[in-house]
Order: sequence, then C-alpha cells, then structure tokens
Amino acid sequence: MRLGSGTFATCCVAIEVLGIAVFLRGFFPAPVRSSARAEHGAEPPAPEPSAGASSNWTTLPSPLFSKVVIVLIDALRDDFVFGSKGVKFMPYTTYLVEKGASHSFVAEAKPPTVTMPRIKALMTGSLPGFVDVVRNLNSPALLEDSVIRQAKTAGKRIIFYGDETWVKLFPKHFAEYDGTTSFFVSDYTEVDNNVTRHLDKVLKRGDWDMLILHYLGLDHIGHISGPNSPLIGHKLSEMDSVLMKIHTSLQSKERETPLPNLLVLCGDHGMSETGSHGASSMEEVNTPLILISSAFERKPGDIRHPKHVQQTDVAATLAIALGLPIPKDSVGSLLFPVVEGRPMREQLRFLHLNTVQLSKLLQENVPSYEKDPGFEQFKMSERLHGNWIRLYLEEKHSEVLFNLGSKVLRQYLAALKTLSLSLSTQVAQYDMYSMMVGTVVVLEVLTLLLLSVPQALHRKAELEVPLSSPGFSLLFYLVILVLSAVHVIVCTSAESSCYFCGLSWLAAGGVMVLASALLCVIVSVLTNVLVGGNTSRKNPVHPSSRWSELDLLILLGTAGHVLSLGASSFVEEEHQTWYFLVNTLCLALSQETYRNYFLGDDSEPPCGLHVEQGLDGATPAWQDGSACDALERDKGHRSPSPSQVLRGHKKWMVLASPWLILACCRLLRSLNQTGVQWAHRPDLGHWLTSSDHKAELSVLAAISLLVVFVLVQRGCSSVSKAALALGLLGVYCYRAAIGSVQFPWRPDSQDISKGIIEARFVYIFVLGILFTGTKDLLKSQVIAADFKLKTVGLWEIHSGLVLLAALLFRPHNLPVLAFSLLIQTLMTKFIWKPLRHDAAEITVMHYWFGQAFFYFQGNSNNIATVDISAGFVGLDTYVEIPAVLLTAFGTYAGPVLWASHLVYFLSSETRSSSALSHACFCYALICSIPVSTYIVLVTSLRYHLFIWSVFSPKLLYEGMHLLITAAVCVFFTAMDQTRLTQS
Amino acid sequence: MKDTDIKRLLYTHLLCIFSIILSVFIPSLFLENFSILETHLTWLCVCSGFVTAVNLVLYLAVKPNTSSKRSSLSHKVTRFLKCCIYFLMSCFSFHVIFVLYGAPLIELALETFLFAVILSTFTTVPCLCLLGPNLKAWLRVFSRNGVTSIWENSLQMTTISSFVGAWLGALPIPLDWERPWQVWPISCTLGATFGYVAGLVVSPLWIYWNRKQLTYKNN
Repeated sequence: MRLGSGTFATCCVAIEVLGIAVFLRGFFPAPVRSSARAEHGAEPPAPEPSAGASSNWTTLPSPLFSKVVIVLIDALRDDFVFGSKGVKFMPYTTYLVEKGASHSFVAEAKPPTVTMPRIKALMTGSLPGFVDVVRNLNSPALLEDSVIRQAKTAGKRIIFYGDETWVKLFPKHFAEYDGTTSFFVSDYTEVDNNVTRHLDKVLKRGDWDMLILHYLGLDHIGHISGPNSPLIGHKLSEMDSVLMKIHTSLQSKERETPLPNLLVLCGDHGMSETGSHGASSMEEVNTPLILISSAFERKPGDIRHPKHVQQTDVAATLAIALGLPIPKDSVGSLLFPVVEGRPMREQLRFLHLNTVQLSKLLQENVPSYEKDPGFEQFKMSERLHGNWIRLYLEEKHSEVLFNLGSKVLRQYLAALKTLSLSLSTQVAQYDMYSMMVGTVVVLEVLTLLLLSVPQALHRKAELEVPLSSPGFSLLFYLVILVLSAVHVIVCTSAESSCYFCGLSWLAAGGVMVLASALLCVIVSVLTNVLVGGNTSRKNPVHPSSRWSELDLLILLGTAGHVLSLGASSFVEEEHQTWYFLVNTLCLALSQETYRNYFLGDDSEPPCGLHVEQGLDGATPAWQDGSACDALERDKGHRSPSPSQVLRGHKKWMVLASPWLILACCRLLRSLNQTGVQWAHRPDLGHWLTSSDHKAELSVLAAISLLVVFVLVQRGCSSVSKAALALGLLGVYCYRAAIGSVQFPWRPDSQDISKGIIEARFVYIFVLGILFTGTKDLLKSQVIAADFKLKTVGLWEIHSGLVLLAALLFRPHNLPVLAFSLLIQTLMTKFIWKPLRHDAAEITVMHYWFGQAFFYFQGNSNNIATVDISAGFVGLDTYVEIPAVLLTAFGTYAGPVLWASHLVYFLSSETRSSSALSHACFCYALICSIPVSTYIVLVTSLRYHLFIWSVFSPKLLYEGMHLLITAAVCVFFTAMDQTRLTQS
Repeated sequence: MKDTDIKRLLYTHLLCIFSIILSVFIPSLFLENFSILETHLTWLCVCSGFVTAVNLVLYLAVKPNTSSKRSSLSHKVTRFLKCCIYFLMSCFSFHVIFVLYGAPLIELALETFLFAVILSTFTTVPCLCLLGPNLKAWLRVFSRNGVTSIWENSLQMTTISSFVGAWLGALPIPLDWERPWQVWPISCTLGATFGYVAGLVVSPLWIYWNRKQLTYKNN
C-alpha cells in the first residue's frame, strides 16, 4: 500500500496516542474509592447482626479511650526501636515494648514512601495514588474521609504540632496548630524544638481529645548523614525522653478520667541504607507502630513479639478507639489486640463494623465481589455472629457461649484479612502488563517512523507500507498467537487487577493484532532498507547533501533534550533547556545569515565563521560588520551571489533579525518565571498583575492587541479584517469587564461582572473567522487553480486561533502572543525565505519555538501552573466539555499557533509540492521521540523519590502534547489532501 | 612545516597551561582564604591577567608572525590602542550575549562581566596577539580552509573549544545538587577554562597526528 508520508505519519501518531492511553491507564491505576462522598454526612452505623429477634444495639460503640496522642517520627525505621539502636538509645520505649502495657507492631508502608502520601494512608486508611493529586488540582487539602474529619465532626478538639503538610492536608480541622516547614533539610534541632516547646503547656491543659506531633528531625539527619550517623543516636534519645514525658503525663491524668488514654508511636516511612526514602526496599517500608495504654496491661512473662501489619490499619484502629465511624475509603483492618481486653460482645461488634465497611468498599469497586473469598467469609461470619447474639441474649456466661464466640472471632479476623488484602492489591501497584503493552506499541511506532525517514523525506514524499506482504503473513499469525498466549497466561495468573485484562476480548485482540501487524511492517521495512541499502551502495551517484551546522545543532539539541528528561531537575526546569536551545538556534541562524550575505557561497571562506553553535555563534557579528562589508564590496563585481539581489535596509534587517528575536526571547523570559528553583524570583508578570500597576497593564495589553492586529490583518480578506478588529476590541472589553484592565475614560470603575456577553461576542468573531477560512479552503479546492485563496484561508484559520488565544490569555500574557506573531513574521520574511531552509529544518524550528512559547506563557511541568480560568471564559457555570477544550487550547496555545503558522508558511511557499507532507512527517517524528523515550524512562524510574511530584505530571503533559500533535497532524494531512486533489 | 615548529607550539601551549595552574596557586601565597570557588572573582582577574601576560610575552619572544614591516613608534601605539578597544568591545558583546542567554540583567552584573572578560582572554587575546587588530585576517582564520599555519590552526581549535566549554558549562546550572560550583557564572567560567586547556593540549597533538595531511598555502 502506498501512502503519502503525511498520511502515514498521522496514522502513526494516532496509534501512538492509543499506546500512550493504555500506558497511562496502567501507570495511574484507578483508586479504590467509596462512591458515597464524605460530605454527605454520616450514614447510620451497621446494626449488630442478629438471627431472630432484632438486636438492641444499633448505635455506634462508645469510645475506648478518652485522649489519644499520636507521636509520628518521620523516617523512623523499625530497627531504630526494636533493634539494637532502640535498646541503646531508647531505653524507656524498649522497656514499654518489652514489659509495659503496650502492643507493638511493624507497620508496612506502601511505596511511594514519601511523607505526604503516607500521612494520607495513616489517616484515611486508603492507598493514595497520583490520580488523587490530579483530582484535587488546585486544593492540596484532602477531600477523602479521614479519622481527622470524623473526629472533627464528632466535636473532638484536635491539636497538631509538626510538619506543615498536615496543616495543608487538613485545613481548619485543628483547634490549635503550629506547622514547621521541612524546607531546610540541614536543620535537625530547631524543627523538633518547635514541636517540643509546646508540650508541657498542652499536656498540663488537657482541654483536647487528640494531640498529633510530627517530628521531622530524624528524617533530616537521615538525608544529611545516613542511618548510621552518631546524630541518629542523639535524636533517638531525645525522642525517647519526649515519649517518656508524654507517657508519664498521660498516666498521671488518667486518675481523673474514667477511660484510659492511648499513646501511639509510629513512623511514616523508613530510611534506606543511604538515608533517603521513596522506594520500596525493606528498610524504607518497615516502620514501628507502638500502642501504649494502661488498658493493655499484661502479666509478667507475657512476651509479645511485634507482628507485621499494614500502615493502613492505623486509621481503622484509631476510629474504633475513639468511637468514630471508620473512614469510608479505608482498606485497613482493625488491630485486634487493641480491643482484646473488651467483653466478647463488643469485640465482635467492632470486627463486624470493620468487615461491613470493607465489604461495602469491595462491592463498590469490584464487579464480581460475590466470588471474592473474603466476601464469602464475611457473609458466613455475619450469620454465625447473628446466632451468637441470639444465644447471648437468651443466656449469659456460659462456656458454650465463649467457645462459639471465639470461633466467630477467628472467622471475622480471617474475613478481615482477606478483604483487606484483596482491596489493597487493587491499588498501589503499577499495572505492569498494561504499561508494557502501551510501551511496545509506542516503541514499534517510533521504530517504524525512524526507519521510514529516508523514504518519507525523499522528494516524492511517498512510502510503501507493506501491509499485505504475503511472505510475512506467517510471522504475523505467529506473533498474534504468541501475544494471545502471553495475554492468557498473564491474565489468569495475575493477583492484582489489570486494566488490559479487564478489557473485552475484542478490544484486547484488536490491540494485539495492531502490535503484531506493526512488528511485521517493521520487519519488512527493515529488510527493504537493508536490501535497498545494498543496491544503492552499488550506484554511488546518490547526492548526499552536506550537513550544515544547523542540522547538527538540531540533532544534538533533540538528543540532549530527550536525555535530559531522565533527570528530575531538568524536568522541573525544562523551560531552561528550551530557552537555551532556542537561543543557540538564533545564534546559529545569525551565523548562517552572515555567511550567506557576506560570502554568498559556502565553498568560499565564510565570513560568519564559526563551526560550533555555542555562545560564540555571533561573537564577531558586531565587530565584523565593516570588514565583512568591505570584503563583500571587494567581491561584489566578481561573484554575483543571491544576496546581491537584496540591498539596503532589507539586508540589514536580515542581519539584525536573529538579534531582534534573541532580544524578544529575553524579554519574554523575564515575563513569567516558571519551574521550581527560580520560580520565586520577581518577574514582570507579577509586577503587572499587582493592583498598583493596573494602568501599565492596560497600556501593555492595548499595545499588544494593536500589534497583534497589525501583524495579523495583512494576510486576511477584508471581511475577516473587520471581524478581527472587532474581536480584539471585544477581548479588551472582556478584560475590562472582569476588572483586570481599565478604560482610560473610566479609570476606577468598580462594577465587575463575569464578562459573559463580551466573551461570547468574541467567540462569535472567532467562529466567524474560522468559518471564513474553512470556506475559502473549500472554495480553493473546487476552483483548482486558485492558489492564493488557499493561502488566505489558511491565514484566516491561523488568525482565528490567534484571536481565541488573545481571549483566553491573561492580560499580562498578551505580549507573549504579540511577540510570537512578531517573531513569526521576522523569521518568515528575513530568515526562512531568503535562506531557503528545507521543510524539515523549518518544521523543527517551529517545534522548538512552539515549545519555548509554551513555557514563555508561564507553563511548567507542574500541574499547578495550568491556568484553569481559561475554561470559564464566557461560561456561566462549569460545563465540562467546553471548559476542558478551552483550558487545553489556552495551555497549548504556543505550540498550536506555531504549528498552524507552519502549515500556512509551507503552503504559501510554492517551491516544493511535497513540503507539507515532509513537514507533517517531521512534526510527528520530533514529537514522538521525547514521548516514547519518556515512557521508557518513567517505567525504569517508577520507584524514584520524585516519581509522583515531578515525573508523573510531566507524563500527563507529554500525553496531552501527543494528543495535540495528533490533531495538528490531522490538520496537516487535510491540507495536504486538498493540495493533492488540486494537482 | 617542520617538527621544530610543532615543538615550539607545544612549548608555548604548555606555558599557557602553566600560567593557568600558577593562577590557582600563586595568589594563595599572598592572599588569605584564597580558593577558586569562594573568591572566584579574584581568581578570574588573576587568571585573566596571567593568561594575557603569558600571551603577550610569548608574542614578543616567539613572534610567529613576522609580517610587521613598518615599526614606527606611533604605529605601534595605535596598534596597541586598537587592540585594547577590540578587547573591550569583545568583552561587552560577550556580556550582551550572556544576558540574552538569560543571565540576570542587574544583579551579578560584575560576575557576568568578569566571565565575559575571561572568555575574551581565552579567545580574543590570542587572536589579537597572533593576528593583530585585523578583522580580515580573523575572518580568514575562522572560515573553512582559511588557515595558513599551524599557529592559526591551533588558535582556531583553542578558541572553539573555549566557546564549547563555556556553552557546556551552563548545562549543570539547573541541577539541584546544590554544589558551590553550580552558582552562576562559576560553572561556565570553569567550563571555558577547561575548554581552553583542552584546546591547548589537543591542538599540538592533533597537528602532530595529522602533520602529513596538513598543507598550508603559504608554508
């Protein structure tokens, strides 16, 4: 099958989007969630089951403890307490663990072993995934049900001292708090003193029900000097004395209250042998969990070894201990030793409450929950429990009752364990199979694209896709068979849920057919290339053009950018990479212009002189003006070069334009500081948006809109010119209506509306211009000869998009739009047209500038910088589809505008008929290289400390960017098709 | 071209490298608390001065270019002044380029300027010594196939490698290692220095290696 390279590239990108979607679905597993939202208030607790006569105990059991103190020590590893270090440095805790009234456990934390998700796990009992972060995009506050929320609803007073993360997660939940930031890692005394200084006062007061202390010092020591440092010992002793102080105070208080108090000592995650955390090694995952209370009294000689439990069990246990409903999303099970001392009926009641909550969660998340062994056990134990209650109500205190009771108890505990396990395997694991399937598809597409580069960029811009080559049909079926076998094996043996296995057979089969077909195509293309390579080597007439410095820069830049994605700092500061590359590109272009204009020919000694692309590209640019001029005058009469045609000011514009562009980029760069390290620096954007500088902002916005109009109107037909002018006026009116800019005649008007009418007014013009453009394009297709009409149509579409962007951009970002159009105009007039770059180079330059403008707009690889307000422009309420589309366009306006300019520019140039397909192919290739490499990198870095904070958001951005690229490629191909039908 | 020429080239280059090494050690004899990273600006001045001095001395002593025929005093003085102006101009234009690349405009201006000075020392000063304030000659040397002697060839290589070194030196700045040498412009100046030294070392070797293939028009 013969395909144009544009169409081919579009198909490839479409398949790639599919692969990425499967990958993303595997990488971000859907969390286990209760459908009942936490806001909906408390539903009545499950009544005690009873066979026959109904039970009289339907209310929630009363609390077991009056006061709870949680001491959370960051990065407390289990052997710091239970090992030799604990014996040496924490004598009091060791005494409590070994002989005192306490229960100790080793609680296992699930990766990512980072503080914030771990706090969530401790307090909600659920396993937080990245999707949670995306879901509550702008509010870091925890939306799910948690022990803290329940305690607050129940009217308990909670006091918190320690890591600020808690205050952010639970705003307004604490009656009193003092957050310390964990920003200064090198400080390990002050952070803890800030917590301890409150202790005496608070313990004496006793007007609280729950006290939470989060100590950061140990974690900081670990980061500085590792787990074997002598500092660790000091810190542990300090913690031991804190614990002793709290414990003695609680004990002395206990005489006044009827109920005992509970002291919980736990760690959020461990510490690896190097002192860091985040991954899933034993040292990072195992944390101690000690529950201390006089209720846990034991006889001498009763040795309790720490049992292994899950960290998520803490939430359920705390809820029971405080007499609260168990958080709805909790997957943990009650730590049974805590209730062991209670009467049998209460014990059964607690266990029943816990199993009911877990089975509800299971019902809502697993379609075939009835077959789950845990659910069956639950049903059985509930029946037994009912029998027991009947017996209990009939007669009390009997041997039979006790024996039956302990049997029910065992049954419940088994059910809890199974339920908890099957729920927690639903999340917290990467769905490796889906990820692999996605990666394979994406990598196959990339290989195909790379292999077909020589053919696709050939003058004909067509390539043979051997879809139906019979020689490989055997291979095709073999691969399908193998893949199906793998699919069956993986899906039947997997313990955890897998998205790809959950797909219907038809869909999964479709993906497998696709993957094997791609493999066959790759194999046949590869053989073609090898055979073809042999034949072409025989006739060496093949004209190989020499690689210019620009090509080298493009290749090195792309490779460097792709490699830099493996380092978290470079992902955070990706804008720096693009600014650096674009600057270097400008210098290389300036070198090229100098060489062309002063020397004309490449074979003669060039004037612009530098072989490298670095900082130097333009060193002599300013020094050499006169000399080069002289040199040229020397040669002027001898060698007439193309540059001779251009004279006077045009020549100087050509020479100056790279420098103008560089200056523009520098200005834009200081408009929005983005990234992480330098994001706090003052920038023009903040200066402009502060309320004191409203007048300046208004002037700037007006000038920018004017520049936009002047630059855009020259290519438009008169109708759309008028529409554009009115539209841009509407943009200003909209911004004035919502109060971000002001009119000169109404400098301090206070009436601020949502600007619905103004925005919709602009939308009408946007649609009108786009419609005119499409109409022109269609007309040009009918009247085959009308080439000019098509160019006008494309420019109109471009200007429609510009108008939309002008509406969506915040006013301080309007200069970005103006400069983008200015740079496009300069590049078109003075660089691309005179220097006659080929389509591939122009495409890559457009792509680079598009990326740079993405960051000039103030975007970054952090989800928080997405400007959601763009989704509300002209809308009364939140309507999902338009809001998402508008936000996506607003965010990716830079790349999209540069891509649409690319289409216009290449169509307006008549030099080569295949330029558009070449460009489409290059665009698809240059966009898919980073995304394919990135998913491989992310897969290998999935236990990295920053996987959730840095790499995952970038992954989402990359996925979205690929989707946009697919849309751009479809547009390209459509334009290409119109050209084909013309010719 | 003779082997003695290459030997002379090698010795002069070794002297240049030696001057850089000296600039690291000598100031610590006179100044307290001198170190490259902490008192970076001092080191930049010292290093720039040393390299310029060595270049001038070598220019006077070796004189690879025996082209100056008229040697009146006034001619010499104008030549020297011209050289100074060229040097200053190159410093300022480098400074502008650094700012365009994203160096802060107002804060750290002295640091940026000293970086421009040291880069000019590594690139413009040898050009001035070898070719004089003669832009035509510069253009000839830095174009393809325009080299006429091993001196010019090595000049080309050291200049380019200094630029590339400075360019590469900017790469580690965004990394979050929080090392003292990541501060602007230390990594870039170090990169330029290493690039210069690498160019000094490599160019004689490369010329020696390719001495059969290299043919110069005027030799």
